[in-house]
Amino acid sequence: MAHHRLTFNQYLILAFVSVSVPLGDAALSRGMTSLPSISISHPLTLIGAVFTPWIALGIALLIGYFASYLTALSWADLTFVMPATALGNVFVALLAHYWLHENISCMRWMGIVMITVGVAFVAHGPANTTPLANAVIAPEELDAKEAGR
Amino acid sequence: MISGVLAQASFWKAAGIIATVVVTSSTGEVLTAAAMKSMGDLDDIRAKSGLGGAIKAVVTSPLFMGGIFFMAVAFFSLLFALNHMNLSLVGPAAASLTLVTNTVAAQLFLHEKVDRRRWTAAVLVCVGVYFLAH
Repeated sequence: MAHHRLTFNQYLILAFVSVSVPLGDAALSRGMTSLPSISISHPLTLIGAVFTPWIALGIALLIGYFASYLTALSWADLTFVMPATALGNVFVALLAHYWLHENISCMRWMGIVMITVGVAFVAHGPANTTPLANAVIAPEELDAKEAGR
Repeated sequence: MISGVLAQASFWKAAGIIATVVVTSSTGEVLTAAAMKSMGDLDDIRAKSGLGGAIKAVVTSPLFMGGIFFMAVAFFSLLFALNHMNLSLVGPAAASLTLVTNTVAAQLFLHEKVDRRRWTAAVLVCVGVYFLAH
């Protein structure tokens, strides 16, 4: 398997990683702000919070995220997966603007452009720069072969 | 005077909570990435040993279990942070700072080739996330 060019399914996995995190965080925030203030001297109260509906939904989304994230890390670098999945922030902002008709300030538009350009930068390069444990061919050898074509 | 001291204490408390989320999250992610790199492409493992084999390969890795431990600490730190601060502060601050610490850690510990292109991407996304929150 070549580690430089991603397949359609691998792009789908990256897309799910992107979208599930902001949605999961929003569900956790909704759940935690509806609870009374939790003191640092009673940390076990946090365990009880896990069984409330919004927190449970947030956790379900984050479990889905984690499974996809692990799969992505098995064929791509951490420094590739992180910026590539940051596109989820842009997705949420655009959804808020076009679906919920929220106002997006000039600064936020700048943020959207910067994240999109950053993702384009990293997506244009190789997904993996280190040899995988069960890889038949190392990335350096793949580079040499591709350069020789 | 008193309100100034209280504001400063509240700032350091917020910075401490966010720093805990960032450090534990970065440690967890780097350990998990190291575990996944050491076992190879999960799709290949699943093709050879089935889904059960792939799950077994993941959960029996000590590096992965270490990563899970730190991610669990990061998760409960995040819950604690969300209980005291707004998502609009905690989310972007933790996300953008974790991006920078992960990039440094990936270069140092995972030996990833973080070239100028990846550093540019990391900085653009980091600043972009910050702008998006304002």
